[in-house]
Formats: sequence, C-alpha cells, structure tokens
Amino acid sequence: MTWFNEWAADFAETFTRCFLKENRYKLLLEGIGVTIKVSLLAVIIGIMIGLLIALCNLSKKKLLRFIGGLYTDVIRGTPSVTQLMIIYFVVFATVNLDKWIIAAIAFGINSGAYVSEIIRAGILSIDKGQTEAGRSLGLNGYQTMTRIIIPQAIKNIFPALCNEFIVLIKETAIVGYVGLMDIQKAGDFIKSATFEAFMPLIGTAVIYYVLIKILTLILSRVELRLRKSEMR
Amino acid sequence: MIKVKNLHKQFGKLQVLNGIDEHIEKGEVVVVIGPSGSGKSTFLRCLNLLEESTAGEIYVDDELITAPKIDVNRVRQKMGMVFQHFNLFPHLTIMGNITLAPVLLKKMTKEEAEKRGKELLARVGLSEKANAYPAQLSGGQKQRVAIARALAMDPEIMLFDEPTSALDPEMVGEVLEVMKDLAKSGMTMVIVTHEMGFAREVASRVLFMDQGIVMEEGTPEEIFSNPKNERTKLFLSKVL
Repeated sequence: MTWFNEWAADFAETFTRCFLKENRYKLLLEGIGVTIKVSLLAVIIGIMIGLLIALCNLSKKKLLRFIGGLYTDVIRGTPSVTQLMIIYFVVFATVNLDKWIIAAIAFGINSGAYVSEIIRAGILSIDKGQTEAGRSLGLNGYQTMTRIIIPQAIKNIFPALCNEFIVLIKETAIVGYVGLMDIQKAGDFIKSATFEAFMPLIGTAVIYYVLIKILTLILSRVELRLRKSEMR
Repeated sequence: MIKVKNLHKQFGKLQVLNGIDEHIEKGEVVVVIGPSGSGKSTFLRCLNLLEESTAGEIYVDDELITAPKIDVNRVRQKMGMVFQHFNLFPHLTIMGNITLAPVLLKKMTKEEAEKRGKELLARVGLSEKANAYPAQLSGGQKQRVAIARALAMDPEIMLFDEPTSALDPEMVGEVLEVMKDLAKSGMTMVIVTHEMGFAREVASRVLFMDQGIVMEEGTPEEIFSNPKNERTKLFLSKVL
C-alpha cells in the first residue's frame, strides 16, 4: 500500500499549499461571501423587474407590451458577460457604488427577463373565471391581481423560480470580469499563485455544489410548506 | 331598475347580440332560455360589464352604465354574479371567500363581514363549512357558497349564468332551492338556465332568446303552455 501512502502524502501537501499556506482559504471564504451577496441582491432585483415586465407583457396597453417584449428580447439575445460589462463599464462608469452592488444590478436585470416569463406563465395558468369572479364582486384590476391571482400563481411559479435562482448563482461566476473576487475568481487566483490546476478548480466546484445543495434543500422545504398550507 | 336599449355585441365578425330591448323591474325574476349560442350568457355578462357591448345602452337605476367613463367597479358592486363554474377562490376558506370583497372594498369591518358571512352561510345551509376550503366541498355546496359570496356585497340585482349546468344531477335541487328562497325574498334576479321546471315555477317573466335577439317573452304560462313564435315552439319541443 505504499502507492496509497505516497498519493495521500502528495494530496495533503498540495492541499496545504493551495488552501492553507498564506491563508489562501480566506480568499475562498471571501469569495463565498461575494457570491452569496451578489446572488441574493440579484434575485430580489430580478423578481421585482420580472414582475413588472410580466405585468407589462400581460397588459392591454400596446406600448407596455412593446416595452416588455423589447426588454425580454434584448436581454435574451445578448450574453450575460457582455451585459455585465456594459452595465459596469458603461452605464455605471461614473457612478460611485460598491462593485458588488453594480454586479447584482446587472445580474438582476438579466434575471428579470427570465423571471418575467416564469411569472407570466404562472399568472396565465390561473383560470380566467377567477379574474371574472373578482371583478364581478367589484374589485379593481390591481386588487384582483394581488389578492386573488398572484397568491394562487405563486405555487405554480415557485419551483421554476427556484431553478432560476440556482442558475443565477452559477451565472455569477463571471463577476471576475469586472474585478470582483467571488468563488470562481478566488479559485482562479489560487491556481495562478500555486501553478496547481486540479486542487483549486475542483475545490471551486465542490464549494459551488455544496452551496447549491444547501439552497435546494431549503427551497424544497419552503415549497412543501407552500403546498401544505393549502388543503388540496 | 335595468333598462337595455338596442344592445349589440360583436366578437370579431360574429354578431352575438343583435339589438336587445328590455326593462327589468325591481323584484322581477327574469329567466332567459334559448339554445346554446343564442347569446343569453353574453347578454347577462354585458349587464355587469364583463363583456363590453359594441352598441346600445344599458341603464341601471337610471344611470347609463355603458358610458365610457363610468366607474365599472362601483356599478358591479350593485350586481352579484353567480357563474356556471362557481369560480370560488381556492386559496381562501369559505369565510375568506365571502368576506374578501366587503372588507377589501371597505363596505364592512372584518368583524361585521364575518357576522354577515355567518348569517349568509346559515341561509344557504352551510354554517359548518365556514373554515373549510373550496376543494373540500361538493359542487352543489360550492355553488351555494358562490351565491352567499355574491350576496355579501348586498347587491340590488343578482345575475345567474347557468348556475346548475356544471352540477351532478342530484345537486341541482339544493342550489335551485336557495335561488327560490332568494326570489321569494324579493331579490331582483336575471337567470340564464336550462332548468325549465324551475323557470316555470319561479320566473315572473321568461325571455326566449335566439340568434342574438329576444324572440318571445311573457309569463311562464304564456311561454311554456302557449308559445306563439315558431322558434320557441321548436326549442321547447326539444327540451320539454
């Protein structure tokens, strides 16, 4: 079993060099923080923009439908790295905001286009009779939407929204392009500093995987609750 | 109470209502019968503006409700509507279904609305279901709740759009009973239905509609026992 001992010793040495020496694990911890911060804020912005664009797309007014359509079209038709760099180096070039906030805005704008389609589909999945019943009681369009349609649509929207959240977390791995030190960038940095490819990159993958696994578990709990609260 | 003048409705190229003139007085129970596609449901939906008429006028309490700038929501509060497919709100309890609109529209406080809700549920015989969800009710029970929900807004007029058509046969009776009760209490009602027995018993006036117009109207006796119009005779010979 000498080969195993040799391999284990080698592994331990590389591991130490990559993650422990010069406190390099701190880079990764910092990176986790950045990834979580950017993703969380982006998801909130994404849901708000998504709801707004979904309502535009469902509106009776032609202008609003045009704006909603254009938004979705442009965002879906361009790469997110390009969007991130445009937002960072062009739109917010002269604005003094924290880097991570600008990145979150960029990802939120991107995610909003996809979320809007999810929300639109969720709203359309509710029977037209529900709207008619609400309106026939004298509720206005807004009251009908917020009190009758959206509470029912949320259950249909939630799983797809969770999926979008997970995609978004992985998408943020490109924030290195605007000089933010997220998980991916930290791994990359370690790779350059140590001339080791395997350990830092696999480490990066494991961190993303565990992060998303935890999130998936939490979200499926929430979904279960959502379904339980309704006796049907 | 409701005056309809020369009402027209078009869906694209399809002319559904071809000029309807009607007066509905307070306390009347008007039953609309006719073959499917005759425009009777559309007529009913035009009355509470769920469909926008393409021409003609509708007055409710002498107010022109087809005017372009009318407050649609205020007009609808005067009219309760009961649908073929109940359209209860599945995410709310029965009591929640009944109190949502009166509380949201500030007609009543939550306490008042719940007190009224209990009265209404007792009236439709479903007191014990206040905290149940719609999915736990049978079709007949759902429709009775839908009637209670519409009544919670204290409407002056109740509109019924084929309220028993989606029900299993054994549940039709319980819903019709509630409606009979309501008619006896003096509520103004407009009912689209295929229940000819009910029409005969409860209606103060029957309208026979076909091809988007009222072909014939009269007391139930006149329409069912002595129809004059050939279309009416043909229709009744098929359904009676």
